[in-house]
Amino acid sequence: MENQTDLVAAEDLLLFVNAAITSTGQREFRSGEWQQRMSLDFLHAYVLGNYRELYAATLALDINHHNAALIVRRLLETAAEASPEQRRTEGRLIAGRLALLPPQRVYRLFRELRRAGVNNRRTRAIMRDWLAARPDPALDAVKYRAGVKAVARHAHLPLDTEMGLFLFAPHTRKAGFATPLFESWRRAHYTQSALYELPYTVAEGFAVKHGIARGAFLERIAPRLTRLERLRLQGSAREHRADAVVGDLATMPLTRLASYVLSLPLDDRVRRREELTAALRAAARRTAGPRAGSWGRVAAVLDDSFSAFGSAQKRRRPLAVALGCHFLLEALASELIPLWLSGRTDALLMYPLGPTPLGARVLDALEHRPDRLVIVSDGWDNAPPGLAGEVLRIWRTRLDPQGRTSVVHLNPVYDAEDFDVRRLAREVPTVGVRDAEDLPALVELAQFAEGRTRAAELWTHVDARVRRFLEVEG
Amino acid sequence: MSQDTTLVALTGLTALPSQVWGAIRLVPLVREEPITDLRLDDRLYGDDFAAVAVDRRTAYCSYIPHGYVANWTDDGTPASSYGTQLRRDADGPRPACVPLRFHRRMARRVDKNRVRFLPLHLALEGYLALHFGGPAVVWEEWSHRAVSRGLSPRVEQAYAGAEVEGLRDALRVFEIHPGQCGVMVYAADALAAAFVVPHPDDYRALHPSLVLDLFGELIHHYTTLHGPVPEFRARIRDGAVGSLAELRAEAARHQREWAEFHDHTMAGGLLDESYTLQRVRTMGPFALSRFLPPFHRNTEQHIGETITHADGRLAYLKTFRLSEAQTRRGHLLTLLAAHDWHFGATADALRVSRDQLATRVEHAGFGALLRQDIRDHYRAAARRAAT
Repeated sequence: MENQTDLVAAEDLLLFVNAAITSTGQREFRSGEWQQRMSLDFLHAYVLGNYRELYAATLALDINHHNAALIVRRLLETAAEASPEQRRTEGRLIAGRLALLPPQRVYRLFRELRRAGVNNRRTRAIMRDWLAARPDPALDAVKYRAGVKAVARHAHLPLDTEMGLFLFAPHTRKAGFATPLFESWRRAHYTQSALYELPYTVAEGFAVKHGIARGAFLERIAPRLTRLERLRLQGSAREHRADAVVGDLATMPLTRLASYVLSLPLDDRVRRREELTAALRAAARRTAGPRAGSWGRVAAVLDDSFSAFGSAQKRRRPLAVALGCHFLLEALASELIPLWLSGRTDALLMYPLGPTPLGARVLDALEHRPDRLVIVSDGWDNAPPGLAGEVLRIWRTRLDPQGRTSVVHLNPVYDAEDFDVRRLAREVPTVGVRDAEDLPALVELAQFAEGRTRAAELWTHVDARVRRFLEVEG
Repeated sequence: MSQDTTLVALTGLTALPSQVWGAIRLVPLVREEPITDLRLDDRLYGDDFAAVAVDRRTAYCSYIPHGYVANWTDDGTPASSYGTQLRRDADGPRPACVPLRFHRRMARRVDKNRVRFLPLHLALEGYLALHFGGPAVVWEEWSHRAVSRGLSPRVEQAYAGAEVEGLRDALRVFEIHPGQCGVMVYAADALAAAFVVPHPDDYRALHPSLVLDLFGELIHHYTTLHGPVPEFRARIRDGAVGSLAELRAEAARHQREWAEFHDHTMAGGLLDESYTLQRVRTMGPFALSRFLPPFHRNTEQHIGETITHADGRLAYLKTFRLSEAQTRRGHLLTLLAAHDWHFGATADALRVSRDQLATRVEHAGFGALLRQDIRDHYRAAARRAAT
């Protein structure tokens, strides 16, 4: 028998997961940065205060980096409140999650811990272990110098002489360093050629210092670029005719690729249509894996309304998610019926435009009698407001009570005022989405949001995810 | 110029579901068929001009809305169009405008050569004066005075956008419909302004400039004091629907009902009133008119300009809702106009003495309409009467 507390806890958890997947504390189309942050802060405090174990368990789910860092920080800040048993699990979850986070985020988190004065034995151990597991400490010391320095200071890390000198008194070593990267860094202060042995972000500063032309710099630094830097610098490189910076679209994750495609001018997209479509299809097939073609007939209502622009900080993110979902669903389904809100049909040439007549498009989709209906939208149904909710409600209660068509709503935007993603109808599950790649996992999660009576199953699901997560991370 | 009494009707335009942001409700108006032979003057397209330049040359006439600042003059100094203008050819003689003298801060804004309205106060008062045939010269001097003294605090704030913060966001998050040629702006569900243009491209170009438009006081009061307005959410009765086709029919019915409700109830204050219409100019099938309300106190009173096509379609509409004080001012001007600007006759009609009327005119902000010596004379008389 489940009691009321369990149900409330289940709902709170789903709400928190939705927020932790979608919100990055950045500006959205309809809410400012501080609104997002305030709302998110409250939610974190609330869940931590009431469900500490669940709060830690969300680290095992597909939440975004921003929230993962926030959770780790809050867990470490309040370590005194946890029981020894809780601390053990938390420690493993934190270590597992930190290993997945990009290093710059972890260094930022460590510096925030330092600023907050969190310096218990557990925190120091976590810092030490994480740093010990870094593949190339010298690279970290050069690339994230301030971060490494702060951590070393805060956690009283023993450093070897060379590293210690490099971090704290780099200019006293006139004879040069034995570590090649440190030596390049030292020489880059005086010699232009040495800076091309450094990571791009560090070299960029030196290039400005030496007054090297941007084009020439990009041309020569190209081999040192990381995958994402390469993608990011495409436009800049073209402008400066640095042909060596060639993005490898084939290995890019789906949503990043979609974002990149949407950032191109329409003419470019038309000119490179084959290349871009092939890359998107390949990424989608890779994500779909063995599930490809197993979803039957799928109708997708995809939001390309003006609000899909997102914000200057999250440029075209909602639209990129919709575009990613379009290609992923194409791979998953045996037949896809894509319905963009504006009525345009060429997915590659989308740009945010017009109102959000969700109701009418959902009706169109249901008329095709698909096996599944996937709606990707921020949920601001406005032409007319609320019609989509009514259509879905009547479809579920009167026209298809047996549930032949399964309907799920994926929402890429966190609504700061409601502490959740915006829903369309109570009868249809809504889950937050950050990357189109997570779609299959989210659809699985959505079934828990559908019924109110399955809290026990949700706990089993979360437990399984936590166990799998800890196994993988060792 | 001819005068008659008439209604303002949104012929050719359909109201679509409103979009709500806080206390602001924006109702999009769409045309099935855009009017192509009347277009916004090229110069007002500003930076966006290149994007929409396709076959604009086919346009038969062009128009310039009232209060737009651009480089109208030959020597490149900024000026404001004075009254909406209907023109046959964009290359013709320069439009009637008043030169502006700006603060340094404001001049910098103008440098970017973008579409914008005049500061609220100047434009609205100028507008009132314009409707009553006040000469442009006076208005210019008047604008000079306001600018050299600095605008009143109220106007400064409106210019900074702080007061109309809700409106700025509402316009930013508003999703423009395909074929949209107009918008009705409601503040706390009171009609603040109606804006209609002939072509969707014109609308797109002018939509962001609406935030610099003449809303001011009313919007400020209502948006600050009133909470969020409700959305009119679609409701479909359970019993009414047995199939998808019926569901679709219900949705269409809801749409129709909304449009009717909007035109008859929400916009009733504008559309049901009868106005004094003054035809300013006729060009081809288009007629530019200005309309004045009857200046009834304590009711919605809108003032505005329209361009209508000979077949009855509304090509252009811009209205401003007058505040109570402005209505009173309008009332005073109507009386003055009705008595041929004869001071004595008007004072008699109002059953007040002349110096009382003079004080009233001055307090209403139309002191500049009176000659300085006359003003002094009446002022002295009032002082004598008081002692």
